[in-house]
Amino acid sequence: MSNDTLLEVNDLKVHFPAGRAGAFGQRLTVHAVDGVSFRVPRQSTFGIVGESGSGKSTTAQAIMRLAPITAGNIRLGETDLTTLRGDALRKARRHFQMIFQDPYSALNPRRRAGDLIREPLDLLEVGSADDRAERLESLLRVVGLPPEAAMLFPHQFSGGQRQRLVIARALSTQPDLIVCDEPVSALDVAIQAQILNLLKRLQRDHGLTYVFISHDLGVVQYLCDQIAVMYLGQIVEQAPSAQLFAGPRHPYTWSLMTAAAPPGGLRQSLKQRFSLRGEPPSPINPPAGCRFAARCPFADERCRKETPQLSVAGSGHFVACHKTEEVSAAGRSIMAAA
Amino acid sequence: MSAILDIKNLTVTLQQSPGVVPVLENLSFSVKAGKTIALVGESGCGKSMTALAIMGLLPDGFQIAGGSIALEGQDVAKLPGDALRQLRGNRMSMIFQEPMTALNPVYTVGDQISEALRLHQGLSRQTARERAIAMLRAVQIPAPERRIDAYPHQLSGGMRQRVMIAMALACRPRLLIADEPTTALDVTVQAQIFDLLREMQQDIGTAIVLITHDLSAVADITDEVAVLYAGRCIEQGPTATILNQPQHPYTRGLIASVPHLRLGLAAAQPSEALEEIPGMVPGLGKRGPLCGFAPRCRYSAGPCLEAPPPTTGTGSHQVACWHPQGEAA
Repeated sequence: MSNDTLLEVNDLKVHFPAGRAGAFGQRLTVHAVDGVSFRVPRQSTFGIVGESGSGKSTTAQAIMRLAPITAGNIRLGETDLTTLRGDALRKARRHFQMIFQDPYSALNPRRRAGDLIREPLDLLEVGSADDRAERLESLLRVVGLPPEAAMLFPHQFSGGQRQRLVIARALSTQPDLIVCDEPVSALDVAIQAQILNLLKRLQRDHGLTYVFISHDLGVVQYLCDQIAVMYLGQIVEQAPSAQLFAGPRHPYTWSLMTAAAPPGGLRQSLKQRFSLRGEPPSPINPPAGCRFAARCPFADERCRKETPQLSVAGSGHFVACHKTEEVSAAGRSIMAAA
Repeated sequence: MSAILDIKNLTVTLQQSPGVVPVLENLSFSVKAGKTIALVGESGCGKSMTALAIMGLLPDGFQIAGGSIALEGQDVAKLPGDALRQLRGNRMSMIFQEPMTALNPVYTVGDQISEALRLHQGLSRQTARERAIAMLRAVQIPAPERRIDAYPHQLSGGMRQRVMIAMALACRPRLLIADEPTTALDVTVQAQIFDLLREMQQDIGTAIVLITHDLSAVADITDEVAVLYAGRCIEQGPTATILNQPQHPYTRGLIASVPHLRLGLAAAQPSEALEEIPGMVPGLGKRGPLCGFAPRCRYSAGPCLEAPPPTTGTGSHQVACWHPQGEAA
């Protein structure tokens, strides 16, 4: 592994049992994450986008060791996180922290903000009590809250301020990696911008590495260096941000972009070519062939039978699609006409 | 054509122990048949309160203290409870944000769609069921003959929202209020729901009041926009004007604080820093007569801190601000 890679995920699979089909039927399995691999360079932001059920949050939870890993491995720096158990895992947790989607349920309503932020330090016994008190004050300052905030309870804060508390708590152990699971989707638009700018500033000042999960392409484009698009447990396209948005090669990426495109003529013509019918199929025993075929406007016989593999489509650009030439040509002609 | 909904100087107040607190102040707008107006703003700005006031569903303690809400010429603000019940689900109806909590989990979707038809149009059980199936087909639910006997938990989020739309439109209402109808849904499904709403609107000629916090997402389907802040309408006008030449600093801030997707060549450029609006909406009871946005506004000076902002503007574009900003957005 090269020196500048912080996180490496290799062929990660997370499967959950889902009961049986009928009392004596076949065992059912949810293929939440099904063979996901990527690398995240130090001090960069890796975005994962997709609809609900695509496995993006499960991937995040697996990296945090909060979801059972069925197969594959996850390396953080020199450590293999997959094999860590008990105390070793607990000690390692100071190096990777998480920011949750809903700051209302991520904070214990019965504890004061200061205690909540200090808790990771207390549990991991970092520094002396005085050090921790000092650290608490600097953490509050870093996320833009006054020192008095430490004495208040979560319900006394607004949504944006609560998310600042969650961020301060994640920063407390000086982690290398922060996994952000939809950190702004529960917030008001005007507050979203405050939190996104804060995350960006913290990354610059503290040399942080982010894995950033979101369904909002605008947000992902604003923050991420590399982006992976997930569909039904698999990465269907992955590329550097600028390259992905300049010319996606997977029809699903196009349809996500269509849904998020600025209003106007371009969105209308993209819509005619790329908008999707229906909703994602169930991740329980997913269909054979390309998992996207049932909703894809380009799919043919081959797509329904043969599973496309992730293959190189440019420098750092990977795509899993049989029809990628046709798809990119269709997209290019629409973009050129606009 | 006359307006379906005509709201004039609507004021809603909340009765609290120390006194009366204004929630909405002097709100006026109107919607014509087949047209859509968007109410935009952060939470706490009074968007949902406006919707509830129109529907006559204000929670305990809130009351309409002034102004009128005319639905096809009839002032619904002064109607008694049973007359309102005749209107709701019939001539006006509402789609809620979260389809899972808005549907009753112990009735089939068919029962819930038929209820309005049987109540308001006196249809028999059988005819109502047929009409309900036709509605499910109209909202593009596959196999409606089978789905009509499904319970809400058996449907996906997008399907549930389609059922909500079928329910709301079953009696072909004159007015439909949609309170953030897609925030609980996936992006690709959001686009489908907006397309569906627009199709149904063209079919029935319903006037729509669309409540949203993301202006650009709804730009395609709205004709007019009213931006609310702290219970007051601060800017109002045709959608294209508000989007391209917003004049109120709050409207401009709202538009600039959303990272807009850049495609094609524009994607190669590095992202510009996102503008943020500092602070947050003042709470109820902390709103004086002055411009409510002034404490967060970078242009606030002089008159902003002395007198309420005047409403100025040309034709349909109105803005309430001491320092409206120029053309370039």
